[in-house]
Amino acid sequence: MALIKFLKPKNKLEEGGRTAAPVQRDAGEPEKTCPNCRKDIPLSRLWSNDLVCNCGYHFRMKARQRIRMIADEGSFREMYSNMKSDNPLNFPGYKEKIETVRTASGEVEAVVCGTATIGGQKCCLFVMEPYFMMGSMGTAVGEKITLLFEYAVQHRLPMVGFTVSGGARMQEGLLSLMQMAKTSAAVKRHSDAGLLYIAVLTDPTTGGVTASFAMEADITLAEPGAMVGFAGRRVIEQTTKKSLPKGFQRSEFVLEHGFIDSIVQRDKQKTYLTEILKMHDWRADL
Amino acid sequence: MKDTAYERVKLARNNKRPSGLDYIKNIFTGFYEFHGDRRYADDPAIVGGIARLGEMPVTVIAIEKGHTARERAFRNFGAPQPEGYRKALRLMKQAEKFGRPVICFIDTSGAYCGVGAEERGQGQAIAENLMEMSTLCVPIISILVGEGGSGGALALAVADRVWMLQNAVYSVISPEGCASILWKDAGQARTAAESLKLTAEDAKSLGVIEKILSEKDIGKKRFYNRIQDLLKEELEVLIKDIDLTQNRYERFRKIGVSAVNKE
Repeated sequence: MALIKFLKPKNKLEEGGRTAAPVQRDAGEPEKTCPNCRKDIPLSRLWSNDLVCNCGYHFRMKARQRIRMIADEGSFREMYSNMKSDNPLNFPGYKEKIETVRTASGEVEAVVCGTATIGGQKCCLFVMEPYFMMGSMGTAVGEKITLLFEYAVQHRLPMVGFTVSGGARMQEGLLSLMQMAKTSAAVKRHSDAGLLYIAVLTDPTTGGVTASFAMEADITLAEPGAMVGFAGRRVIEQTTKKSLPKGFQRSEFVLEHGFIDSIVQRDKQKTYLTEILKMHDWRADL
Repeated sequence: MKDTAYERVKLARNNKRPSGLDYIKNIFTGFYEFHGDRRYADDPAIVGGIARLGEMPVTVIAIEKGHTARERAFRNFGAPQPEGYRKALRLMKQAEKFGRPVICFIDTSGAYCGVGAEERGQGQAIAENLMEMSTLCVPIISILVGEGGSGGALALAVADRVWMLQNAVYSVISPEGCASILWKDAGQARTAAESLKLTAEDAKSLGVIEKILSEKDIGKKRFYNRIQDLLKEELEVLIKDIDLTQNRYERFRKIGVSAVNKE
């Protein structure tokens, strides 16, 4: 219960969110309870609203749904879709676990990469998948992201990346850890080539992904209420034996501490990204 | 007889092992410690400055755990704050400006997990080091001398050569943390240690490190002299490398590639 209370990104969201319309209850229509306002929302309404509750709470979103929301219709060309992690360390239980996740999620890995246009602006796009081992980064995720940054350098394209991750994937051990260095080096090359990288941090972005490509963008955005941090709450509580401040590690808190540029609601993201991409592409019009 | 992985972890954590400062004092001469990240504070968990390796001026950076209870509390048990990583980066940039090689000694259970560390951007500090070290134009050699705890260790190990002492460990997560997350039982740390492949031999066979350093005569003059000779020898090679940053990029670029299934 206490945990659910903490997970509640209250106040700011409620103030800034849209006014809640009275929920129409159709008998039999499936509903989902919003962890923020505790109201039941019909799934159909959630879907038509990009998985945002009336109170402003942003539910987690599957990578492909997000791509449909952000990329221009039919513009997304997926790349590296065949790449997946095996079990390089023969980690106990990993093979079974990843096979189960693959069947359940319909994805083979925790990130979807490709090129797309956003508001007509061509870019590389990666979106991490919360329903695949919580977007954890193993060798395949690291390789796909690195390849995409290298492709972007080669074709002089800006990068837009949506992060969601529990961090480096434990089951691939040191190899996962090294993906942090590898992706960071690729981001650096992209940056040194004078190219734009916009990261959008979504709930939750933590651990080794926060400590690498999530925090290396030129412009870092976040969704309202997203948990953004390095260490997990439980670990911090255990280490410090202190209770955590209100709103700790929520995107509003991280913004206040100066580590992200802006919080952008889901329905505003496409326009926001389009404008920013255009402002970095003005020479093309000359 | 070969020790189990978890015994290695315990050895790596033993506070009687030489600490970061012991390596600095015994391998180099004329060490001048430089403090502070110029942004917020000085983090005692990371010690850095300039010294001579033989004749050659180098920048040395070490994570320091301390030996006595008092030292360990002062050094925050070798768990750096964001300021530690920012100080390290500042000193590396300084090294780059003056063409000095950088040598890092790593011994940490991990970057500190605290409220203040999060407020001041622990993740961002590590990320920035990974990015900047990847293109630093001077040679970097990093040696894991005890615990190599995840991102907190990697933030000083994006190097041209990464070496490990034979009983050092290098891991994405502590065996206890791994066991409690995966099996909800920290008591399974032994199994986790085995599975994580965190010993020096594992790291070498995974292509993560170049060299395993023998611990024969550890803490004695001969031990430090041996490391000094290896550093000098390797720097001779690296100083002449005209494709230094390209090679460093490729060093990390290839790690894990063969583990990816592309069928």
